[in-house]
Amino acid sequence: MKGKPLASIVSAGLSKFGRLEGLYAREIFAQAAKEAYERCPKLDPKRDIKALFIGHMGESYEHQGHTGATAADWAGLLHIPATRTEAACSSSGAALRAAIFTIASGLCDVVMAGGVEKMTHRSTSEVTEFLAMASDFPFEQWHGITFPGLFALMATAHMHKYGTTEAQLAHVAVKNHYNGSLNPKAHMQKEIALEQALSSRVIAWPLKLFDCSLITDGASCLILTKPEIAKKYTDTPVHIIGSGQASDTIGMYEREDFTSLRAAKLAAKQAYEMAGVKPEEIDVAEVHDCFTIAEIIAYEDLGFCKPGEGGKLAEKGETSLKGRIPVNTSGGLKAKGHPVGATGTAQAYEIYLQLTGQAGKRQVADAEIGLTHNVGGSGATATVHIYKRG
Amino acid sequence: MTEQPTNFTIEQFYKNISQKKLMAGKCLKCGKIHLPPRPLCDKCLSTGFEWVELPQNGKLLTYTIIHVAPPQFQNMTPYAVGIVQLENSVKIPGMIKDVPLDKIKVGMSLKMEFEEPQQPQQTQWPQWPRYYFRPS
Repeated sequence: MKGKPLASIVSAGLSKFGRLEGLYAREIFAQAAKEAYERCPKLDPKRDIKALFIGHMGESYEHQGHTGATAADWAGLLHIPATRTEAACSSSGAALRAAIFTIASGLCDVVMAGGVEKMTHRSTSEVTEFLAMASDFPFEQWHGITFPGLFALMATAHMHKYGTTEAQLAHVAVKNHYNGSLNPKAHMQKEIALEQALSSRVIAWPLKLFDCSLITDGASCLILTKPEIAKKYTDTPVHIIGSGQASDTIGMYEREDFTSLRAAKLAAKQAYEMAGVKPEEIDVAEVHDCFTIAEIIAYEDLGFCKPGEGGKLAEKGETSLKGRIPVNTSGGLKAKGHPVGATGTAQAYEIYLQLTGQAGKRQVADAEIGLTHNVGGSGATATVHIYKRG
Repeated sequence: MTEQPTNFTIEQFYKNISQKKLMAGKCLKCGKIHLPPRPLCDKCLSTGFEWVELPQNGKLLTYTIIHVAPPQFQNMTPYAVGIVQLENSVKIPGMIKDVPLDKIKVGMSLKMEFEEPQQPQQTQWPQWPRYYFRPS
Protein backbone atom coordinates (compact mmCIF):
# COMPACT_ATOMS: atom_id res chain seq x y z
CA MET A 1 0.00 0.00 0.00
CA LYS A 2 1.36 3.37 -1.00
CA GLY A 3 2.54 5.57 1.81
CA LYS A 4 2.32 2.87 4.45
CA PRO A 5 5.03 3.37 7.06
CA LEU A 6 7.85 0.83 6.73
CA ALA A 7 9.50 1.77 10.00
CA SER A 8 9.43 4.75 12.34
CA ILE A 9 12.19 6.90 13.74
CA VAL A 10 11.56 7.43 17.45
CA SER A 11 14.91 9.02 18.24
CA ALA A 12 18.13 10.18 16.63
CA GLY A 13 21.58 11.32 17.64
CA LEU A 14 24.45 13.18 16.07
CA SER A 15 27.93 13.82 17.40
CA LYS A 16 29.51 17.19 16.89
CA PHE A 17 30.84 17.26 13.31
CA GLY A 18 34.31 18.66 12.80
CA ARG A 19 37.90 18.06 13.68
CA LEU A 20 37.54 15.89 16.78
CA GLU A 21 41.13 15.59 17.86
CA GLY A 22 42.14 12.77 20.13
CA LEU A 23 38.94 10.81 19.62
CA TYR A 24 38.61 7.38 18.10
CA ALA A 25 35.67 6.49 15.83
CA ARG A 26 33.99 4.31 18.45
CA GLU A 27 34.14 7.15 20.98
CA ILE A 28 32.50 9.52 18.52
CA PHE A 29 29.78 6.97 17.85
CA ALA A 30 29.12 6.79 21.60
CA GLN A 31 28.35 10.57 21.53
CA ALA A 32 25.70 10.05 18.87
CA ALA A 33 24.19 7.08 20.72
CA LYS A 34 24.06 9.05 23.98
CA GLU A 35 22.07 11.84 22.36
CA ALA A 36 19.61 9.34 20.89
CA TYR A 37 19.13 7.70 24.29
CA GLU A 38 18.60 11.03 26.07
CA ARG A 39 16.13 12.18 23.45
CA CYS A 40 13.91 9.15 24.10
CA PRO A 41 13.54 8.56 27.85
CA LYS A 42 10.81 5.98 27.36
CA LEU A 43 13.28 3.72 25.59
CA ASP A 44 15.51 1.38 27.56
CA PRO A 45 18.34 0.89 25.06
CA LYS A 46 19.75 -2.26 26.66
CA ARG A 47 16.36 -3.89 26.88
CA ASP A 48 14.71 -2.65 23.70
CA ILE A 49 17.30 -2.32 20.90
CA LYS A 50 17.66 -5.70 19.24
CA ALA A 51 20.11 -5.07 16.39
CA LEU A 52 22.61 -2.50 15.08
CA PHE A 53 23.60 -1.72 11.52
CA ILE A 54 26.44 0.75 11.12
CA GLY A 55 27.87 2.39 8.03
CA HIS A 56 31.64 2.80 7.93
CA MET A 57 33.67 3.19 4.80
CA GLY A 58 37.35 2.78 5.51
CA GLU A 59 39.58 0.68 7.72
CA SER A 60 42.58 2.64 6.52
CA TYR A 61 41.95 5.74 8.63
CA GLU A 62 42.37 4.04 12.01
CA HIS A 63 43.68 0.59 11.10
CA GLN A 64 40.34 -0.63 12.33
CA GLY A 65 37.72 -2.75 10.68
CA HIS A 66 35.01 -4.85 12.31
CA THR A 67 33.03 -1.74 13.13
CA GLY A 68 29.73 -3.48 13.90
CA ALA A 69 30.72 -5.14 17.14
CA THR A 70 32.98 -2.27 18.16
CA ALA A 71 30.20 0.29 17.78
CA ALA A 72 27.68 -1.92 19.60
CA ASP A 73 30.11 -2.27 22.50
CA TRP A 74 30.86 1.46 22.78
CA ALA A 75 27.14 2.26 22.50
CA GLY A 76 26.53 -0.02 25.45
CA LEU A 77 24.57 -2.52 23.42
CA LEU A 78 26.49 -5.77 23.76
CA HIS A 79 25.54 -8.53 22.91
CA ILE A 80 23.05 -7.62 20.19
CA PRO A 81 23.78 -8.63 16.58
CA ALA A 82 25.80 -5.80 15.05
CA THR A 83 26.79 -5.56 11.42
CA ARG A 84 28.75 -3.04 9.42
CA THR A 85 27.37 -1.99 6.05
CA GLU A 86 29.74 -0.62 3.44
CA ALA A 87 28.67 1.18 0.29
CA ALA A 88 31.30 3.93 0.21
CA CYS A 89 29.67 7.30 1.02
CA SER A 90 26.27 5.61 1.10
CA SER A 91 27.32 3.19 3.83
CA SER A 92 24.83 4.41 6.42
CA GLY A 93 22.09 4.86 3.81
CA ALA A 94 22.57 1.12 3.37
CA ALA A 95 22.54 0.66 7.17
CA LEU A 96 19.18 2.42 7.28
CA ARG A 97 17.86 0.09 4.55
CA ALA A 98 19.09 -2.93 6.50
CA ALA A 99 17.35 -1.67 9.64
CA ILE A 100 14.11 -1.15 7.70
CA PHE A 101 14.32 -4.70 6.29
CA THR A 102 14.95 -6.11 9.74
CA ILE A 103 11.88 -4.36 11.15
CA ALA A 104 9.68 -5.07 8.11
CA SER A 105 10.57 -8.76 8.29
CA GLY A 106 9.13 -8.89 11.78
CA LEU A 107 12.43 -10.13 13.16
CA CYS A 108 13.06 -7.15 15.46
CA ASP A 109 10.81 -4.39 16.79
CA VAL A 110 13.53 -1.85 17.64
CA VAL A 111 16.76 -1.42 15.67
CA MET A 112 19.56 1.14 15.64
CA ALA A 113 21.03 2.34 12.34
CA GLY A 114 24.01 4.63 12.27
CA GLY A 115 27.36 5.49 10.82
CA VAL A 116 30.78 6.81 11.71
CA GLU A 117 34.06 7.97 10.19
CA LYS A 118 37.21 9.47 11.72
CA MET A 119 39.24 11.19 9.02
CA THR A 120 40.92 14.43 10.05
CA HIS A 121 44.00 12.93 11.72
CA ARG A 122 45.20 11.91 8.22
CA SER A 123 46.85 14.18 5.64
CA THR A 124 44.77 15.47 2.72
CA SER A 125 46.86 13.35 0.38
CA GLU A 126 46.16 10.20 2.40
CA VAL A 127 42.44 10.98 2.62
CA THR A 128 42.44 11.56 -1.15
CA GLU A 129 43.90 8.09 -1.58
CA PHE A 130 41.46 6.44 0.84
CA LEU A 131 38.40 8.13 -0.66
CA ALA A 132 39.47 7.07 -4.14
CA MET A 133 39.01 3.47 -3.01
CA ALA A 134 35.29 4.05 -3.54
CA SER A 135 36.04 4.31 -7.26
CA ASP A 136 37.39 1.80 -9.76
CA PHE A 137 41.03 0.92 -9.08
CA PRO A 138 42.37 -0.59 -12.32
CA PHE A 139 41.11 2.13 -14.68
CA GLU A 140 40.32 5.22 -12.60
CA GLN A 141 42.66 5.30 -9.61
CA TRP A 142 45.46 3.64 -11.57
CA HIS A 143 45.41 6.47 -14.11
CA GLY A 144 45.47 9.24 -11.51
CA ILE A 145 41.75 10.01 -11.34
CA THR A 146 40.94 11.22 -7.85
CA PHE A 147 37.55 11.22 -6.19
CA PRO A 148 37.04 14.96 -6.73
CA GLY A 149 38.31 14.23 -10.25
CA LEU A 150 35.35 11.96 -10.97
CA PHE A 151 32.85 14.65 -10.00
CA ALA A 152 34.92 17.18 -11.93
CA LEU A 153 34.47 14.96 -15.00
CA MET A 154 30.70 15.15 -14.39
CA ALA A 155 30.91 18.93 -13.93
CA THR A 156 32.78 19.41 -17.20
CA ALA A 157 30.21 17.23 -18.99
CA HIS A 158 27.29 19.12 -17.37
CA MET A 159 28.78 22.48 -18.27
CA HIS A 160 29.41 21.35 -21.84
CA LYS A 161 25.94 19.87 -22.33
CA TYR A 162 23.78 22.40 -20.46
CA GLY A 163 25.91 25.51 -20.07
CA THR A 164 26.05 25.17 -16.29
CA THR A 165 28.51 27.73 -14.90
CA GLU A 166 31.16 27.75 -12.20
CA ALA A 167 29.17 30.56 -10.56
CA GLN A 168 26.09 28.34 -10.36
CA LEU A 169 28.21 25.69 -8.63
CA ALA A 170 29.43 28.34 -6.22
CA HIS A 171 25.83 29.32 -5.40
CA VAL A 172 25.35 25.82 -3.95
CA ALA A 173 28.38 26.32 -1.71
CA VAL A 174 27.21 29.76 -0.56
CA LYS A 175 23.72 28.43 0.30
CA ASN A 176 25.03 25.41 2.19
CA HIS A 177 27.54 27.47 4.14
CA TYR A 178 24.74 29.85 5.13
CA ASN A 179 22.67 26.89 6.35
CA GLY A 180 25.70 25.50 8.15
CA SER A 181 26.07 28.83 9.97
CA LEU A 182 22.69 28.09 11.58
CA ASN A 183 23.63 24.55 12.64
CA PRO A 184 25.54 24.36 15.93
CA LYS A 185 26.79 20.87 15.08
CA ALA A 186 28.13 21.78 11.62
CA HIS A 187 31.87 21.55 10.94
CA MET A 188 31.90 25.00 9.27
CA GLN A 189 29.56 27.54 10.81
CA LYS A 190 30.45 30.61 8.81
CA GLU A 191 29.00 32.13 5.70
CA ILE A 192 31.06 32.51 2.56
CA ALA A 193 30.77 34.98 -0.31
CA LEU A 194 30.29 33.93 -3.92
CA GLU A 195 33.58 35.55 -4.92
CA GLN A 196 35.40 33.68 -2.15
CA ALA A 197 34.10 30.36 -3.47
CA LEU A 198 34.98 31.23 -7.06
CA SER A 199 38.50 32.33 -6.21
CA SER A 200 39.38 29.41 -3.96
CA ARG A 201 42.20 27.12 -5.05
CA VAL A 202 41.58 24.47 -7.68
CA ILE A 203 41.28 20.87 -6.48
CA ALA A 204 40.19 19.21 -9.73
CA TRP A 205 39.19 21.79 -12.32
CA PRO A 206 36.44 22.98 -12.62
CA LEU A 207 35.99 22.11 -8.94
CA LYS A 208 37.65 24.38 -6.41
CA LEU A 209 38.11 24.06 -2.68
CA PHE A 210 34.66 25.49 -1.92
CA ASP A 211 33.03 23.07 -4.36
CA CYS A 212 34.23 20.17 -2.21
CA SER A 213 32.69 18.77 0.94
CA LEU A 214 34.77 18.73 4.09
CA ILE A 215 37.03 16.09 5.54
CA THR A 216 35.24 15.67 8.83
CA ASP A 217 34.98 13.43 11.88
CA GLY A 218 31.52 12.47 13.05
CA ALA A 219 28.88 9.90 13.84
CA SER A 220 25.12 9.64 13.55
CA CYS A 221 22.41 7.24 14.59
CA LEU A 222 18.68 6.63 14.41
CA ILE A 223 16.49 4.44 16.58
CA LEU A 224 13.79 2.82 14.49
CA THR A 225 10.77 0.83 15.53
CA LYS A 226 7.94 -1.08 14.00
CA PRO A 227 5.40 1.66 13.10
CA GLU A 228 2.65 0.18 15.30
CA ILE A 229 4.69 0.66 18.49
CA ALA A 230 6.34 4.01 17.71
CA LYS A 231 3.92 6.00 19.90
CA LYS A 232 4.93 3.86 22.86
CA TYR A 233 8.29 5.64 22.74
CA THR A 234 7.46 9.13 21.51
CA ASP A 235 4.53 11.39 20.67
CA THR A 236 6.37 12.65 17.60
CA PRO A 237 7.69 9.77 15.51
CA VAL A 238 8.79 10.21 11.91
CA HIS A 239 7.63 7.47 9.59
CA ILE A 240 9.74 6.19 6.72
CA ILE A 241 7.27 5.72 3.87
CA GLY A 242 9.60 5.13 0.94
CA SER A 243 12.97 3.44 0.53
CA GLY A 244 14.97 2.89 -2.65
CA GLN A 245 18.42 1.66 -3.47
CA ALA A 246 20.14 0.94 -6.77
CA SER A 247 23.57 0.13 -8.16
CA ASP A 248 25.57 1.13 -11.21
CA THR A 249 28.97 0.41 -12.76
CA ILE A 250 31.91 1.01 -10.43
CA GLY A 251 33.74 2.64 -13.34
CA MET A 252 32.10 5.97 -14.10
CA TYR A 253 33.56 5.88 -17.60
CA GLU A 254 31.36 2.89 -18.51
CA ARG A 255 28.10 4.83 -18.07
CA GLU A 256 26.01 6.22 -20.88
CA ASP A 257 25.58 9.66 -19.36
CA PHE A 258 27.99 11.63 -17.19
CA THR A 259 25.45 14.37 -16.34
CA SER A 260 23.11 12.23 -14.25
CA LEU A 261 23.39 9.34 -11.77
CA ARG A 262 21.27 6.47 -12.97
CA ALA A 263 21.39 4.68 -9.61
CA ALA A 264 20.04 7.80 -7.90
CA LYS A 265 17.22 8.14 -10.43
CA LEU A 266 16.27 4.48 -9.99
CA ALA A 267 16.44 4.66 -6.19
CA ALA A 268 14.31 7.82 -6.25
CA LYS A 269 11.73 6.19 -8.51
CA GLN A 270 11.42 3.25 -6.11
CA ALA A 271 11.10 5.53 -3.08
CA TYR A 272 8.58 7.91 -4.68
CA GLU A 273 6.42 5.02 -5.89
CA MET A 274 6.51 3.27 -2.53
CA ALA A 275 5.64 6.49 -0.72
CA GLY A 276 3.01 7.57 -3.22
CA VAL A 277 4.65 10.98 -3.20
CA LYS A 278 5.62 13.30 -6.06
CA PRO A 279 8.78 15.42 -6.13
CA GLU A 280 6.73 18.62 -5.75
CA GLU A 281 5.28 17.33 -2.48
CA ILE A 282 8.69 17.21 -0.78
CA ASP A 283 8.93 19.99 1.83
CA VAL A 284 12.61 19.58 2.72
CA ALA A 285 15.46 17.43 1.39
CA GLU A 286 18.99 16.48 2.35
CA VAL A 287 20.94 15.54 -0.78
CA HIS A 288 24.42 14.18 -1.27
CA ASP A 289 26.45 17.33 -2.02
CA CYS A 290 29.88 15.71 -1.78
CA PHE A 291 30.66 18.27 -4.48
CA THR A 292 28.53 21.23 -5.58
CA ILE A 293 27.93 19.61 -8.98
CA ALA A 294 26.53 16.56 -7.17
CA GLU A 295 23.83 18.72 -5.57
CA ILE A 296 22.90 20.21 -8.95
CA ILE A 297 22.68 16.74 -10.49
CA ALA A 298 20.65 15.58 -7.46
CA TYR A 299 18.02 18.29 -8.10
CA GLU A 300 17.61 16.89 -11.60
CA ASP A 301 17.73 13.19 -10.67
CA LEU A 302 15.15 13.72 -7.90
CA GLY A 303 12.79 15.62 -10.19
CA PHE A 304 13.03 18.98 -8.38
CA CYS A 305 13.69 20.46 -11.83
CA LYS A 306 14.20 19.30 -15.40
CA PRO A 307 17.55 17.86 -16.56
CA GLY A 308 19.97 20.71 -17.18
CA GLU A 309 18.13 23.22 -15.00
CA GLY A 310 19.82 22.39 -11.70
CA GLY A 311 22.31 25.23 -11.98
CA LYS A 312 19.53 27.77 -12.46
CA LEU A 313 17.58 26.32 -9.53
CA ALA A 314 20.55 27.01 -7.26
CA GLU A 315 21.21 30.43 -8.77
CA LYS A 316 17.60 31.56 -8.28
CA GLY A 317 17.64 30.53 -4.62
CA GLU A 318 14.78 28.08 -5.01
CA THR A 319 16.60 25.54 -2.84
CA SER A 320 17.55 28.01 -0.11
CA LEU A 321 15.89 27.97 3.31
CA LYS A 322 13.12 30.31 2.19
CA GLY A 323 12.91 28.86 -1.29
CA ARG A 324 10.38 26.59 -2.98
CA ILE A 325 12.18 23.40 -1.92
CA PRO A 326 14.81 23.92 0.79
CA VAL A 327 17.75 21.55 0.25
CA ASN A 328 20.51 20.75 2.73
CA THR A 329 19.19 22.83 5.59
CA SER A 330 21.83 21.20 7.80
CA GLY A 331 24.59 22.76 5.71
CA GLY A 332 24.94 19.53 3.78
CA LEU A 333 28.14 17.61 3.30
CA LYS A 334 29.56 20.94 2.16
CA ALA A 335 29.34 22.80 5.48
CA LYS A 336 28.02 20.38 8.08
CA GLY A 337 30.77 18.02 6.90
CA HIS A 338 31.12 14.59 5.37
CA PRO A 339 32.37 11.89 7.73
CA VAL A 340 31.73 9.41 4.97
CA GLY A 341 30.18 6.47 6.80
CA ALA A 342 28.07 8.76 9.01
CA THR A 343 26.52 10.81 6.23
CA GLY A 344 23.46 8.75 5.29
CA THR A 345 21.98 8.61 8.76
CA ALA A 346 23.16 12.16 9.48
CA GLN A 347 20.94 13.28 6.59
CA ALA A 348 18.06 11.33 8.15
CA TYR A 349 18.84 13.01 11.51
CA GLU A 350 18.33 16.43 9.92
CA ILE A 351 15.04 15.38 8.33
CA TYR A 352 13.96 13.95 11.70
CA LEU A 353 14.67 17.34 13.31
CA GLN A 354 12.85 19.20 10.54
CA LEU A 355 9.73 17.02 10.64
CA THR A 356 9.53 17.19 14.44
CA GLY A 357 10.06 20.95 14.60
CA GLN A 358 13.44 20.73 16.32
CA ALA A 359 15.65 22.34 13.65
CA GLY A 360 16.03 25.66 15.47
CA LYS A 361 17.07 28.65 13.34
CA ARG A 362 17.02 26.58 10.18
CA GLN A 363 13.52 25.16 10.72
CA VAL A 364 11.41 24.90 7.56
CA ALA A 365 7.89 26.01 8.50
CA ASP A 366 5.36 23.19 8.72
CA ALA A 367 7.56 20.57 7.07
CA GLU A 368 5.60 17.36 6.73
CA ILE A 369 7.36 15.29 4.06
CA GLY A 370 11.14 14.99 3.74
CA LEU A 371 13.64 13.16 1.54
CA THR A 372 17.22 12.00 1.82
CA HIS A 373 19.49 11.17 -1.13
CA ASN A 374 22.76 9.42 -0.30
CA VAL A 375 25.26 8.50 -3.01
CA GLY A 376 28.14 6.05 -2.78
CA GLY A 377 31.32 6.67 -4.75
CA SER A 378 30.75 8.31 -8.09
CA GLY A 379 27.23 6.88 -8.15
CA ALA A 380 27.70 3.11 -8.10
CA THR A 381 25.34 3.07 -5.11
CA ALA A 382 22.46 5.37 -4.27
CA THR A 383 19.89 5.21 -1.50
CA VAL A 384 16.82 7.45 -1.31
CA HIS A 385 14.39 7.61 1.60
CA ILE A 386 11.13 9.49 2.06
CA TYR A 387 9.86 10.49 5.50
CA LYS A 388 6.53 11.68 6.85
CA ARG A 389 5.70 13.42 10.09
CA GLY A 390 3.94 10.91 12.36
CA MET B 1 56.24 -18.41 -29.97
CA THR B 2 53.00 -20.32 -29.73
CA GLU B 3 50.03 -18.42 -28.42
CA GLN B 4 48.77 -19.57 -25.06
CA PRO B 5 45.05 -19.54 -24.32
CA THR B 6 44.26 -16.52 -22.18
CA ASN B 7 41.60 -15.53 -19.70
CA PHE B 8 39.38 -12.55 -20.20
CA THR B 9 40.74 -10.65 -17.21
CA ILE B 10 42.01 -7.21 -16.26
CA GLU B 11 45.44 -8.78 -15.70
CA GLN B 12 45.46 -9.99 -19.29
CA PHE B 13 44.21 -6.61 -20.54
CA TYR B 14 47.30 -4.99 -19.03
CA LYS B 15 49.58 -7.74 -20.37
CA ASN B 16 48.27 -6.77 -23.80
CA ILE B 17 48.89 -3.09 -23.04
CA SER B 18 52.52 -3.99 -22.29
CA GLN B 19 52.61 -5.34 -25.86
CA LYS B 20 51.16 -1.95 -27.00
CA LYS B 21 47.89 -3.56 -27.92
CA LEU B 22 44.48 -2.27 -26.83
CA MET B 23 42.42 -5.44 -26.65
CA ALA B 24 38.86 -6.02 -25.43
CA GLY B 25 36.71 -9.10 -24.96
CA LYS B 26 33.83 -9.53 -27.41
CA CYS B 27 30.92 -11.70 -26.33
CA LEU B 28 30.43 -14.51 -28.86
CA LYS B 29 26.72 -14.65 -28.11
CA CYS B 30 25.46 -11.05 -27.97
CA GLY B 31 28.43 -9.21 -29.47
CA LYS B 32 28.93 -6.77 -26.58
CA ILE B 33 32.48 -5.48 -26.40
CA HIS B 34 33.83 -5.46 -22.85
CA LEU B 35 36.52 -3.04 -21.79
CA PRO B 36 37.86 -4.24 -19.44
CA PRO B 37 37.29 -7.84 -20.47
CA ARG B 38 35.16 -9.87 -18.06
CA PRO B 39 34.56 -13.58 -17.47
CA LEU B 40 30.76 -13.22 -17.51
CA CYS B 41 28.89 -11.05 -20.01
CA ASP B 42 26.77 -8.59 -18.01
CA LYS B 43 24.31 -8.29 -20.90
CA CYS B 44 23.54 -11.94 -21.75
CA LEU B 45 25.40 -13.86 -18.99
CA SER B 46 27.36 -15.84 -21.56
CA THR B 47 30.94 -16.94 -20.86
CA GLY B 48 32.28 -17.26 -24.40
CA PHE B 49 34.49 -14.43 -25.70
CA GLU B 50 37.01 -13.56 -28.35
CA TRP B 51 39.73 -10.91 -28.24
CA VAL B 52 39.23 -7.91 -30.52
CA GLU B 53 41.74 -5.13 -31.04
CA LEU B 54 40.24 -1.68 -30.50
CA PRO B 55 41.03 1.49 -32.42
CA GLN B 56 43.53 3.70 -30.57
CA ASN B 57 41.96 6.96 -31.76
CA GLY B 58 39.00 8.67 -30.23
CA LYS B 59 37.37 11.87 -29.04
CA LEU B 60 37.49 13.46 -25.60
CA LEU B 61 34.08 13.28 -23.89
CA THR B 62 34.98 15.08 -20.67
CA TYR B 63 38.09 15.98 -18.67
CA THR B 64 39.46 17.51 -15.50
CA ILE B 65 42.76 18.97 -14.36
CA ILE B 66 43.89 17.32 -11.14
CA HIS B 67 45.63 19.66 -8.70
CA VAL B 68 45.34 17.60 -5.50
CA ALA B 69 46.50 14.03 -6.00
CA PRO B 70 47.21 10.99 -3.88
CA PRO B 71 50.87 10.41 -2.89
CA GLN B 72 51.90 8.40 -5.95
CA PHE B 73 50.77 11.14 -8.37
CA GLN B 74 51.67 14.21 -6.32
CA ASN B 75 54.82 15.03 -8.26
CA MET B 76 52.84 15.17 -11.55
CA THR B 77 50.27 17.83 -10.56
CA PRO B 78 48.63 19.59 -12.27
CA TYR B 79 47.79 16.91 -14.79
CA ALA B 80 44.83 16.20 -17.08
CA VAL B 81 42.67 13.09 -17.10
CA GLY B 82 39.66 12.46 -19.25
CA ILE B 83 37.24 9.92 -20.66
CA VAL B 84 37.81 9.09 -24.31
CA GLN B 85 35.29 7.54 -26.67
CA LEU B 86 37.18 5.36 -29.11
CA GLU B 87 36.21 5.21 -32.77
CA ASN B 88 34.15 2.08 -32.13
CA SER B 89 32.32 3.97 -29.32
CA VAL B 90 33.87 2.07 -26.38
CA LYS B 91 34.83 4.46 -23.55
CA ILE B 92 38.09 4.44 -21.61
CA PRO B 93 39.61 6.85 -19.09
CA GLY B 94 43.22 7.97 -19.11
CA MET B 95 45.70 10.78 -18.68
CA ILE B 96 46.09 13.38 -21.41
CA LYS B 97 49.68 14.40 -22.03
CA ASP B 98 51.83 16.32 -24.52
CA VAL B 99 49.41 19.25 -24.73
CA PRO B 100 49.22 22.54 -22.78
CA LEU B 101 46.47 22.10 -20.18
CA ASP B 102 44.56 25.17 -21.40
CA LYS B 103 44.39 23.72 -24.93
CA ILE B 104 42.39 20.69 -23.85
CA LYS B 105 38.81 20.82 -25.10
CA VAL B 106 35.80 18.50 -25.03
CA GLY B 107 35.52 16.89 -28.46
CA MET B 108 39.23 17.06 -29.36
CA SER B 109 40.77 14.09 -31.19
CA LEU B 110 43.18 11.98 -29.16
CA LYS B 111 45.40 9.00 -29.79
CA MET B 112 46.52 6.36 -27.31
CA GLU B 113 50.20 6.06 -26.46
CA PHE B 114 51.94 3.48 -24.31
CA GLU B 115 54.45 4.12 -21.56
CA GLU B 116 57.53 1.97 -21.55
CA PRO B 117 57.10 -0.79 -18.95
CA GLN B 118 59.03 -0.12 -15.75
CA GLN B 119 61.39 -2.52 -14.11
CA PRO B 120 59.19 -4.77 -11.98
CA GLN B 121 59.65 -4.44 -8.26
CA GLN B 122 58.74 -7.71 -6.70
CA THR B 123 57.09 -6.30 -3.63
CA GLN B 124 54.65 -4.10 -5.48
CA TRP B 125 51.19 -4.90 -6.70
CA PRO B 126 50.01 -4.30 -9.29
CA GLN B 127 52.59 -4.11 -12.05
CA TRP B 128 50.29 -2.88 -14.78
CA PRO B 129 51.82 -0.74 -17.51
CA ARG B 130 50.17 2.58 -18.24
CA TYR B 131 48.74 4.03 -21.41
CA TYR B 132 47.80 7.66 -21.95
CA PHE B 133 46.34 9.92 -24.62
CA ARG B 134 47.84 12.74 -26.69
CA PRO B 135 46.41 14.94 -29.42
CA SER B 136 46.27 13.12 -32.76
